[in-house]
Amino acid sequence: MGTRTVLSSDDINRAITRIAHEILEANRGVEDLVILGIPTRGVVLAERIAQIIRRTGTAMPADFLGRLDITMYRDDLHRNPTREVTQTTIPSGGIDDKVVVLVDDVLYSGRTIRAALDALNAYGRPKAVRLAVLVDRGHRELPIRADYVGKNLPTAREERIMVHLDPIDNEDAVVISQ
Amino acid sequence: MKHLLSAADLTVDEIVAILDLSDEMALVNQRENRKLPTLRNKTVVNLFFEDSTRTRISFEIAAKRLSADLINFSAKGSSVSKGESLKDTVQTLAASGVDAFVVRHSASGAPFNLAHRGWIDTPIINAGDGTHEHPTQALLDAMTIRERIFGLGNTKGKTLNGIRVMIVGDIAHSRVARSNFHLLTTLGAEVHLVAPPTLMPGGFGIHKHYDFDDALQSVKPDVVMMLRVQLERMSASFFPSESEYHRTWGLTSERFYRLDEKTSIMHPGPMNRGLEISSIAADSAQSTILQQVANGINVRMAVLYSLISGEKVVSE
Repeated sequence: MGTRTVLSSDDINRAITRIAHEILEANRGVEDLVILGIPTRGVVLAERIAQIIRRTGTAMPADFLGRLDITMYRDDLHRNPTREVTQTTIPSGGIDDKVVVLVDDVLYSGRTIRAALDALNAYGRPKAVRLAVLVDRGHRELPIRADYVGKNLPTAREERIMVHLDPIDNEDAVVISQ
Repeated sequence: MKHLLSAADLTVDEIVAILDLSDEMALVNQRENRKLPTLRNKTVVNLFFEDSTRTRISFEIAAKRLSADLINFSAKGSSVSKGESLKDTVQTLAASGVDAFVVRHSASGAPFNLAHRGWIDTPIINAGDGTHEHPTQALLDAMTIRERIFGLGNTKGKTLNGIRVMIVGDIAHSRVARSNFHLLTTLGAEVHLVAPPTLMPGGFGIHKHYDFDDALQSVKPDVVMMLRVQLERMSASFFPSESEYHRTWGLTSERFYRLDEKTSIMHPGPMNRGLEISSIAADSAQSTILQQVANGINVRMAVLYSLISGEKVVSE
């Protein structure tokens, strides 16, 4: 079983920084912006994107970062052992009429994002929903695409993509194994 | 976990996981849109052989918030009154495609039989069996105690280590007391029992008291849980009169005023006001009675999710 590293720690940092700036540019500021990470690693990515946006000196609402657990909206619950539900935190201003950027580590079938769109629906009606992912590996099963992509990685279905992020994995790397 | 039959079966980790999930369900229940699609396509049957309003409705709301289809079966007016056995009744229902049975029965052990006799292979949730157990009541009580002790939003992962809980009244006939004793003890709480000698069962640890006033003074409990006097389960005279019971074993207004103002007052309902609890205590800010009702829905959602959202668990 071979593994190879496709994104190093520096690559990941650059990708996240670029995504953060693209988000700022596309929204001409951040007044209506809400960033929601999808657990587990999407939450770490969302935190880092938010940190970079804050560092640009842009005047931010204090509370624009949250997390959206999509477990209870999945369409494959009955095919797997019981999944753990984690916390959902929506910024205090809610998501009505906001531009919500969903953040996840890998975009694959698109089913996680479909579940996330359903989950969002329960919290309000955003002005727009965007999607940021660190890796897009293809093989979509639903008509869903990302607005901000760290890296397009054409893969075979047999391959596994593993995203490691500090502090969960104590390192930053994207690894492919066969 | 395939069934929920007894609080005594649960480990600390299992209990804390259910309580943490219940906290998430509580947040869902505060949203404007409280409906989750999680158990679409699942059918839950409330199988009630004994009267109940709050537990039955609580399970019904919980199942519906998760988008499960819920069927209410009550023994009254069913073929049970024509003499159909428990086994035939559940096999008939199970054959129509049921994902979980919520069972209440006046016979202790009825849910255990349904789970383990090999009659059916459907998850069973014990919603109260005779004088044995009522595990979801203990879970909702533990959730409520965690909220009161640690504060809302600060409960995740917490046990009840060192918390002093006093359960008062008809311990012998109470499945609520039994389930709470096991569950709260597993969570690390120190559970004290207070009852007249005629209503105190054997077993149940070392903290037993036969004088309510002495017990309050020496234990200084964080939580006082008053039990309902179950007149329907009493075939003999366990105490002389209702007014004497109130004076000796009830949470009278005098005892209430002597409590520390941080002490929570719990009651599983339905209350006999003026018998085991005075209105002053029941309606005070220290009373958690309505919080317990709300948490009942939260923990039952968590239990339903834990038992039937994933792929089918094959019985051992």
